[in-house]
Amino acid sequence: MIINKNEIANILTKLAEEYLVIAPVQKDGIVQFSAIKNGAEACLTFANTKKPGKEILFPQSEELYSYTIDTEGVRMQANVDQKETIVFGMRPCDVKSLVLLDNVFKNDQYQDVYYLTRRANTLIVGLGCNEPAATCFCSNMACGPFAKEGSDIFLTDIGEAYVAEGISEKGQALLAKLGLGSATAEQKALANQLQAETKADGGVNIAGIAEKLGGMFEHPFWDSLHEKCLGCAACTYLCPTCHCFDIADEATDCNGCRVRNWDACMFPLFTLHGSGHNPRPNGKARWRQRLMHKFNYFVDRYNATACVGCGRCIKNCPVNLDIRQALADIRALD
Amino acid sequence: MEKLTQQIRETAKKLLAEKKVDLVVGFAQGSLPLRSTPYFARTPEQAENLIWSSTCENNLANYLRKRGEKVAVIAKGCDVRAIVGLIKEGQIVKENLYIIGVPCAGMIDRKQINAAVEGKEILAASDNGSEILLKGKDFEKTVAKQDVMFGSCKTCQYNNPVIFDELLGEKVAAREANYADIEAFEALSDEERRAFIAKEMSKCIRCYACRQACPMCYCSECFVDCNTPAWIGKSAKSIDDNALFQAVRVFHLAGRCVDCGACERACPMGIKLSLLTRKMVKDVKELFGAEAGVNLEDPPALNTFKFEDKEDFLL
Ligand code: SF4
Ligand code: SF4
Ligand code: SF4
Ligand code: SF4
Ligand code: SF4
Repeated sequence: MIINKNEIANILTKLAEEYLVIAPVQKDGIVQFSAIKNGAEACLTFANTKKPGKEILFPQSEELYSYTIDTEGVRMQANVDQKETIVFGMRPCDVKSLVLLDNVFKNDQYQDVYYLTRRANTLIVGLGCNEPAATCFCSNMACGPFAKEGSDIFLTDIGEAYVAEGISEKGQALLAKLGLGSATAEQKALANQLQAETKADGGVNIAGIAEKLGGMFEHPFWDSLHEKCLGCAACTYLCPTCHCFDIADEATDCNGCRVRNWDACMFPLFTLHGSGHNPRPNGKARWRQRLMHKFNYFVDRYNATACVGCGRCIKNCPVNLDIRQALADIRALD
Repeated sequence: MEKLTQQIRETAKKLLAEKKVDLVVGFAQGSLPLRSTPYFARTPEQAENLIWSSTCENNLANYLRKRGEKVAVIAKGCDVRAIVGLIKEGQIVKENLYIIGVPCAGMIDRKQINAAVEGKEILAASDNGSEILLKGKDFEKTVAKQDVMFGSCKTCQYNNPVIFDELLGEKVAAREANYADIEAFEALSDEERRAFIAKEMSKCIRCYACRQACPMCYCSECFVDCNTPAWIGKSAKSIDDNALFQAVRVFHLAGRCVDCGACERACPMGIKLSLLTRKMVKDVKELFGAEAGVNLEDPPALNTFKFEDKEDFLL
């Protein structure tokens, strides 16, 4: 199928009548996913959004349920979000991150109704990257600027138009409904060429790194890696695959709600026990957790690396602690 | 800059070789254009990695609190002000710290530079002293350093370190105090101010990079993190809670903030935190005639009481 760029706004406006449409929107120089009513608000020329796409399915702060106490007792109300949603223009790295997050929220031990309900009701339109940023290294991370895994529809920008491919059944059905023209052989060839030739190679090589990390828990490497780290959550909150959360009650008088907030292994309070004991008491243990979780524990459990190479942690770290360098340093160890 | 880099390396090597210090905290080349990164040199060989440039934006005083070993630090004007504040607060033992002061002509702001190239990706940058040459995929642009300096640098009056054990490089001209940004903000109506703050605070993701980057923010448990009682909502979706976090943070820095801008530099969301911090700095200066970290003698502003202190703002 083919979507001319000058039709995009109309198509999105129309879809927004029926669905909750979420697209990248530029505001104050920052591109973020936002719900839109008017298709013209969508900004599809961004390198990548500031906050990762995970926030659509796994919001930074989510009211799981609310409660009220009155003379008759306690009334509880679960807040499961059931809106039919279309996410339009998510970069392949973020789409891939959702495939990874599925493992966490749906496995043999746990199914997260909040995440999974949204997931089931959300259709994802992926958008390939003609110009990867210098910090992108998705091609090294089982992903890539034109990786289609996880997208229901996939768009390739060929200049005046997007070549749209229906990937899942859901995606094909929506495309059929939109009544678009088909792409010419020439347009398809152009899209194929872009898909085949565009790479985001950051020179990161993680072959064998999971095994190596497996034997490195006590390695002196960890003594210095974290030294300049400030212990903020710029890297983890903005990472599409980081998924630790904390649950807190927020209540006033007899009304309250239980909120799930993103948590970050870089915070001193992370895994602090009620007893006061913390198994990860310092920056060293916390940075080790971050790397181990992504490149060893996650691999162990789900057979995939929990980094898609989006480069957000590199761009946003206030002290330029670069994960590519950390991985290269680990590789170079004997 | 090249010369300063050499001098810094020589000085650091000597201190380490003579075992006068165990560690030199400075900057090394970063992994991205326009980035340097804090660096910890423990051997004369490692000292070869130290650099000086107009991208040495972090406040290194942050790494100096409660250290056991003998440490030297490459410190620009605002780092030294923070060091002075921390010495007074008992966080740094002056005898264990060797300050290699570096007069600072101002650090450049990547956010302003990115805006100057309309967000296009910068792949290489070089600095000829007064201008920065930026190169991207299909553009080249030169910007004057003066124009893209951090706000706090444009108005810095203490760019020459106020104390040091050794000073490298030439002193630079101090700038005039200038609170035009704050005055403009003060001139707004209550409503406009509230709207502006709400807009800024709606961007906050509560990553606490501002707090973590601030050399003067070092409570062992921040009030935001405290659970029992929970003084403040933990989620980022309440703009009021985000604003409350900043309000309390800034009040806690009253008379202590050294106007280094490290908080604003660290914020990934580009929030204008300096409006709050500099408002506080300006008020403390006007009300108590005090500035934080400008000498070792003045007692901290809020720890003293004088009969002539202004109190007309008290109810
Ligand atoms: S963003 Fe940088 S400073 Fe902040 S926690 Fe991550 S690595 Fe540390
Ligand atoms: S670790 Fe960094 S590069 Fe990897 S997915 Fe997370 S933010 Fe992106
Ligand atoms: S990491 Fe890859 S998929 Fe993500 S924005 Fe960069 S090029 Fe696109
Ligand atoms: S509040 Fe900001 S400007 Fe003030 S000392 Fe802390 S980091 Fe520097
Ligand atoms: S650094 Fe910015 S986004 Fe993070 S908590 Fe501070 S103000 Fe909020």
